[in-house]
Amino acid sequence: MSSYKHLIVAALSLGAISVFTPLAAQCAAVPDSVTLNQNGTLYKPFAFNHAKHIQQLKECAGCHHHTTGTLVLDPECARCHQNSSPTAVVSCKGCHSAKPFSPETLAEKHADKQRYHKDKMGLKGAMHQSCIGCHQKEGAGPVGCQECHPRTEAGEAFNSSSRLGAKPAHAKKH
Amino acid sequence: MKRRNFLKACLIGGTTIAMGKTNKGWASGSFEGYPESMGVLVDTTRCIGCRSCEAACNKEQKLPEPDTSFDDKSVFEEPRRPTAKAYTVVNQYEKEKPGGPVYRKVQCNHCNEPACLTSCFVNAYTKTKEGAVIYNSKVCVGCRNCMIACPFNVPGYDYESVTNPVIKKCILCYDTRLKVGKPPACVDICPQEALTFGHRADLIKIAHERIRSNPDRYLDHVYGEKEVGGTSWLYLSGTEFDKIGFDPSLSNDPIISNVKDFLGMVPMVLSIWPALFSGIHLLSKHDSGGEGHDTESKEEEP
Ligand code: SF4
Ligand code: SF4
Ligand code: SF4
Repeated sequence: MSSYKHLIVAALSLGAISVFTPLAAQCAAVPDSVTLNQNGTLYKPFAFNHAKHIQQLKECAGCHHHTTGTLVLDPECARCHQNSSPTAVVSCKGCHSAKPFSPETLAEKHADKQRYHKDKMGLKGAMHQSCIGCHQKEGAGPVGCQECHPRTEAGEAFNSSSRLGAKPAHAKKH
Repeated sequence: MKRRNFLKACLIGGTTIAMGKTNKGWASGSFEGYPESMGVLVDTTRCIGCRSCEAACNKEQKLPEPDTSFDDKSVFEEPRRPTAKAYTVVNQYEKEKPGGPVYRKVQCNHCNEPACLTSCFVNAYTKTKEGAVIYNSKVCVGCRNCMIACPFNVPGYDYESVTNPVIKKCILCYDTRLKVGKPPACVDICPQEALTFGHRADLIKIAHERIRSNPDRYLDHVYGEKEVGGTSWLYLSGTEFDKIGFDPSLSNDPIISNVKDFLGMVPMVLSIWPALFSGIHLLSKHDSGGEGHDTESKEEEP
């Protein structure tokens, strides 16, 4: 993960960004596969086929908003960031915190009355919304949990799946 | 803007409900009593109905095993309400609509002025400074006043325990998480960040900002900002709220006055009260530890 990040960061800092076009060929330093959910406990880590997504999406900024050379696409962001230079960070986790609701994060947010970006999504939310949102919109790609990451044993127990097939919960009451 | 004074309203036993004026209601409908109140903003446009939050709540609150696994989607066939075995349920709406279905998680909304609390004549309920509405099951006598008083049909009744009949409901993970500043289990697990945890005052700003920056996605309303005097759980939706299971008849006034009417209508319940009193009194003397109880007053016999 970090190696390709460094490559891109290096490319950006060398000013290579100015000659970037959003074509897949230009993103040569980018990994073909990225292991996601590395620290998952309920769901297993899995290989994300980066190369395939690059081929299909063409626009890096479709996922990596304001990071890889394309100008911001979201008109709401463009209000301020029309001419902002790309940020050096490319990976989702570089900006989106894995612990968006920790006491420290919340206290900081609460204290900083002038902060504009008060609603920055956490890492898990950013990734799921990005993936599932696009898959739903395009009508292609997995949207179910286990279609991307199969459950671990702990995950099975967590969902009590062993009891799948029993009568629906609501059938009992009323 | 007139609003019933919450603290005084706690003293519902036989006395009149004092009317009070809050400071001019600027922006938020939260009444000023709980400046430190935390809350959860539910963005129904993000929810995918995965039911992970139900599973997480089940584990966190040590609830009994569900009848079917949490990936059983057949539970969506009809809307459910929270029970003593499931403090939260996710319901499906607008299945046939283009862009549907819409999912909504249901649990206690942790009202600023909780009808459950005011309706409870043994003072089993407490509104903590963090916003959670918790209850002391050792004090609860299982009278079910709160079940009827709650405008959102939340408290569940544990029918299985005959010896200790108690009400059970979402406590905002108070004991295990909220108290130490941690997000509730359901918020923690939600893959879509459909649930945002934070200071209630911040969440209201965030909610309005989401509406402003995405006017096509959302209705221009934050449910729970003002309803029934404001709630700690707030909702954003792209679908009319009455289509996703919200009661459109609820006003911005707290339910307190209705509760009082209701109490007047249940002589049966109140008549068993003296008989229960001594036992409860002994119990409550042992469990006076519930923090934040706003009143030490004892109920008067009717
Ligand atoms: S939603 Fe119902 S149970 Fe929860 S605090 Fe409000 S009145 Fe009480
Ligand atoms: S806040 Fe805690 S108790 Fe309430 S629904 Fe979420 S997990 Fe369950
Ligand atoms: S975990 Fe989140 S996305 Fe899943 S059903 Fe609950 S609120 Fe919706």
